[in-house]
Amino acid sequence: MNRHLLSAADLDRDDALLVLDTAAELASLTDRAVKKLPTLRGRTVVNLFFEDSTRTRISFEAAAKRLSADVINFSAKGSSVSKGESLKDTALTLEAMGADAVVIRHHASGAPHRLAHSGWIQGSVVNAGDGTHEHPTQSLLDAFTMRRHLAGGKGDLEGRRITIVGDVLHSRVARSNVLLLATLGAEVTLVAPPTLLPVGVETWPCATSYDLDSALKDADAVMMLRVQRERMNASFFPSAREYSRRYGLDARRMALLPDHAIVMHPGPMNRGMEIAAEVADADRSVIVEQVSNGVSVRMAVLYLLLGGAQLGSPLDPSSQLETAEA
Amino acid sequence: MSAARTPDDARTVLDSAEIARALTRVAHEIVERAKGADDLVLLGIPTRGAFLARRVAERIRDIEGADVPVGSLDITMYRDDLRRAPARALLPTEIPAGGIDDKVVVLVDDVLYSGRTIRAALDAMNDIGRPRAVQLAVLVDRGHRELPIRADYVGKNIPTSTSEKVLVLVSEHDGEDAVLIAGHGGARAEENA
Repeated sequence: MNRHLLSAADLDRDDALLVLDTAAELASLTDRAVKKLPTLRGRTVVNLFFEDSTRTRISFEAAAKRLSADVINFSAKGSSVSKGESLKDTALTLEAMGADAVVIRHHASGAPHRLAHSGWIQGSVVNAGDGTHEHPTQSLLDAFTMRRHLAGGKGDLEGRRITIVGDVLHSRVARSNVLLLATLGAEVTLVAPPTLLPVGVETWPCATSYDLDSALKDADAVMMLRVQRERMNASFFPSAREYSRRYGLDARRMALLPDHAIVMHPGPMNRGMEIAAEVADADRSVIVEQVSNGVSVRMAVLYLLLGGAQLGSPLDPSSQLETAEA
Repeated sequence: MSAARTPDDARTVLDSAEIARALTRVAHEIVERAKGADDLVLLGIPTRGAFLARRVAERIRDIEGADVPVGSLDITMYRDDLRRAPARALLPTEIPAGGIDDKVVVLVDDVLYSGRTIRAALDAMNDIGRPRAVQLAVLVDRGHRELPIRADYVGKNIPTSTSEKVLVLVSEHDGEDAVLIAGHGGARAEENA
């Protein structure tokens, strides 16, 4: 593992499997009477959120607390950021408070990278979503959920077919998922209207299609993306009704999926827009499970970034295993 | 991995037959002290302790005709030296369905050395339940304790120097059963059981 987690591309196959395997062990904590481990005692994790979020922030907070870290929540609203403080001065403040890790969500793509590589802070930086760029922990929890349902909870996702549908242009979730799923050997197809596919998508390690029906019949998992109205400053499709007709997942389309296929959504959902209520509540929908897996995966990330000595260099996995037994 | 674990200068101190006899004796002692197999739970500390726990359970079944619940307890998250090394991969923790509350838990590990692993295991158990009693069974006690911890059942006491390294091989994981000591030359004093 690198010292930071900024992009799903930071993880090679071994790193990604280490995170997923660690998360699988940590998931068993949920069944225990004491849902807490002493591992990060005395470490401070700052949740630095410049953009609204409920599930990601709560998920990171729960993950850090279950590892006994001290958590400081910082949201831009009601802080000195609303008085005009820069990212740099905010970072220097956090550094002065002794933050060991900063979990950052920012509306500007690249803000986590800037925070990690400007020498403002010593600790680890975890990208919790930056603009329309990346959201690596979301892709890890999605891969974790897919692995549980499609690969028996072990190994990679070699040959599994994943269809990601909707507003790819504005989706950091789609970008991180494409990168991570390709690392894990899955075959990803992006389905969206031409206006909602980013420029340069042909260089991504995935296929693209404009037709949802044909992309469903041999999918192992279908992931619906939210239409991000707040980022849309132009008309990308004629009407919500037309979008929903052509790219929404309703009961008829769900019936086209193979029996074992699962339906995913990173949330928050617009019921009736990209996903019908009856689909969101169907047995094959794993949307609620994605949320609980998010805590386990984020615990794994925080543990792997903060749990050991901070050497700042990639590690040999075999030496890790050897010392683990000693 | 098993090959990397065996340095060139290693000498065998217990062979497979001696390990089998030691485990059989330990199983008899556990049953004798517990006056049967009721309420016993064996928890092995991964990797090799977990295999040894399963073997001891098989022997108890041969002796008493009763199935003793067996599980494993990973102590990685409870170690006191986590910050001295890169983050470690976690190993499986499997607590038997009946839990450990009010049971007599026998921890099983391959080598007892500083006692720090056992301290971590006691902490880990504290978060899982409240056993009536906790006992410790090890295949090898090599001395050099750094904490006030002792084993209740010992396969073999092997006096060592701290510069030596004790290696336990089990067939389930390493392809053979043996206990080896690697000599002073180049042996890393990192064994921490």
